[in-house]
Amino acid sequence: MSASSNMNWDRRNVLRAAMGLAAAGGLAACGGNNGRGGGSGSGTNLTQMFHAYGEAGTEQAIKKYAKAYKEANVTTQWITSADFESKLFSALLTKNAPDLFEFHPQIQMVKSGQVADLTDIIDPVKDDFNPADIKSHTVDGKIYGVRMIDDPQFFFYRKSMLEKAKVEVPTTLDELMEAAAKLTTGKVKGLYMGNDLHSVINPMIWSAGADTLNEKNEIAYHTPGVVEGIKKMRKLFTSGDLLLGAPTESWDPSSFNQGLCAIQFCGMWAMPAIQDALGDDWGVFPFPKTVDSGKQSVYNGGWSMFVNAKGKNVDAAKEYVKWLWIDQKQYQEDWATSYGFHIPPRTSLAKTADKLKSGNAAEGVRLFNEFGHFDNIGWTQAMITALEDVFANSVRKSMDPEKALDKADAAVNRELKKLFG
Amino acid sequence: MSTTTKLDLAGSAPAQAAPAKPRRGLRGSPAYAFWLFTGPFLIGLAIFVYAPILWSLWLSFFEARFTVTPDKFVGFDNYVYMLTNDDFVGSLGTFTVFAAFIVPTTWALSLGLALLVNRMRFMRAFFRSVFFLPTAVSYVAAALIWKMSIFSGVRFGLMNTVLGWFGIENIAWLIDPNPPWYWLVIVTARLWLQSGFYMILFIAALQNIPDELYEAAAIDGAKSGWQTFRYITLPQLRATSTAVILLLLIAAYQAFDEFFNLLSKTTWGRPPLVELYYKALGESQDYGAGSAGALILTVLICAVTLLQGKIMGFGRGEESK
Repeated sequence: MSASSNMNWDRRNVLRAAMGLAAAGGLAACGGNNGRGGGSGSGTNLTQMFHAYGEAGTEQAIKKYAKAYKEANVTTQWITSADFESKLFSALLTKNAPDLFEFHPQIQMVKSGQVADLTDIIDPVKDDFNPADIKSHTVDGKIYGVRMIDDPQFFFYRKSMLEKAKVEVPTTLDELMEAAAKLTTGKVKGLYMGNDLHSVINPMIWSAGADTLNEKNEIAYHTPGVVEGIKKMRKLFTSGDLLLGAPTESWDPSSFNQGLCAIQFCGMWAMPAIQDALGDDWGVFPFPKTVDSGKQSVYNGGWSMFVNAKGKNVDAAKEYVKWLWIDQKQYQEDWATSYGFHIPPRTSLAKTADKLKSGNAAEGVRLFNEFGHFDNIGWTQAMITALEDVFANSVRKSMDPEKALDKADAAVNRELKKLFG
Repeated sequence: MSTTTKLDLAGSAPAQAAPAKPRRGLRGSPAYAFWLFTGPFLIGLAIFVYAPILWSLWLSFFEARFTVTPDKFVGFDNYVYMLTNDDFVGSLGTFTVFAAFIVPTTWALSLGLALLVNRMRFMRAFFRSVFFLPTAVSYVAAALIWKMSIFSGVRFGLMNTVLGWFGIENIAWLIDPNPPWYWLVIVTARLWLQSGFYMILFIAALQNIPDELYEAAAIDGAKSGWQTFRYITLPQLRATSTAVILLLLIAAYQAFDEFFNLLSKTTWGRPPLVELYYKALGESQDYGAGSAGALILTVLICAVTLLQGKIMGFGRGEESK
């Protein structure tokens, strides 16, 4: 056995082994990490997908509920990403799609058969839900999602700062602009509505007396009032009174809590954090009238559970949704009031939620009931994006609002045609 | 391929290794070696590049919304939609502006750094590493640092703090597109990230230039400095420069990360990939239109690369020196 030939064989074997390993490794990587965990022996494995809530303890809470469920092993995917929608939508196309996920009611998911019909689990307790929350999840008499929480969104203001600047709580957009100007000082900006201003799009439309779509699912946002509103927003954007380029987006109350701004658009969920930071030096008010003929408005957002109709365990996923979001009332109350503040969509729970009965929280509930607009299931992500583009073009840039709205009309009509024919 | 490998593994365990035999048929043939070495890469290429391209081609003729297995044939509708879409066509313009700017600046900066570092008498390795390190940073991480600490719009952002010393108002660098400060943010981030890598390529090329050339030039009376740089260094770097420019162009084509992270929710400053993502792949899930756009882009990239190869002579090897 000559040394050289030996070495030759060794080298070849090593090479082959390395290649075999590489090939096997590659294949293994394809199959692994499917987010389903090891399976603890209880049989069914379910995966649920949540966007990352900002409040401390939320992730632990969701995992705690899941752990308490005995019928299946539920794994949670906690998506810390600015674009939860994209992550969710693309995940739903793959084999690793979550069995259940939280989202907002959007009809394209129903039309494309992505979400399962949940009528049979909701029907027995239908009367205990806020009727608006049932309506916004219903298509052709079938209910497709279970609302977990309702999240009204409005402005938060620093009482002391308004008093010092002798500013009244604004009820019209003009007054809000004036207030922003008066409240702006060297270190504090008057107003923060998020860096892209997108969270005030819908309230601005409603406060102009318009709507996103009408009853017949036709465009209802293209009105003179909305055009005027966009022009006012542009004026506000260029006034120097808006906080822009803040490190946190408007859903996070940090800018308000740190005193970067005197007024911030945010949601009910932020109340406990704001209370901790500012004590009682704050109040809330709805989005003011865009034009004099309009009415103040509040966006009643929120999150709902949906079941992936194309998943492998549709029935088990439905069972879990029923167990947690319909039967387990103490968990539902915990979820709605122990971290951020949310309004429980269950009437019976909303009645007993003591934390929402006093102070600013009670005021938030009043605004929710008096000025609230719920999701329209026919208003889909592509349409939301179309109006976001209007704001980008005509508020952050100087495009003529009519032209920008015409462009949005084309995009929205393309969607409407595909969805409703 | 992998099955063959497995069988061979089993059949030739080291214990059985026999004394040297004459090379046997298949195993000794050059064809076997060829497939052995290229096979895995060809398979990878086919699975991860060609199959998706063909699938895209197929998808682009269908209405594929919220599905990648569509059944509604729509002919060239998706192509018409993408080509008549102002935003998509506009993004091709955005890319041209971006490439026209970033390629020469990075080329000049990395060449400049290479010349400086190469001239150093001491601590050369230290500075080489310092300039090279940013290459190891991910684009997303760098974009976040640029966005949240350096070019944050609030008064305690680094740039705004510096400007504040001179009494200049805070600037919302990334939010207000007028004036378009966002280009400053994007270009500085990209320069910081990629200059170091190309600097290393230039240093390697500089060290390859024979000293005799400079000595001969000195004897002939050439002044050191601009003259030797212009007539010796630069021509000697031609091959490297061509490669660097080609790599830079490709990198510019692939621009996505920093644009996506720095300019979320805008309608401006979107290179084609970002535009495609927003138009068709992200939230709207219109895979038909998205595939049509991707194929249009593929054809464009192929055309530009071929054209560039023709003009700059990349790949002609030694002649191009």
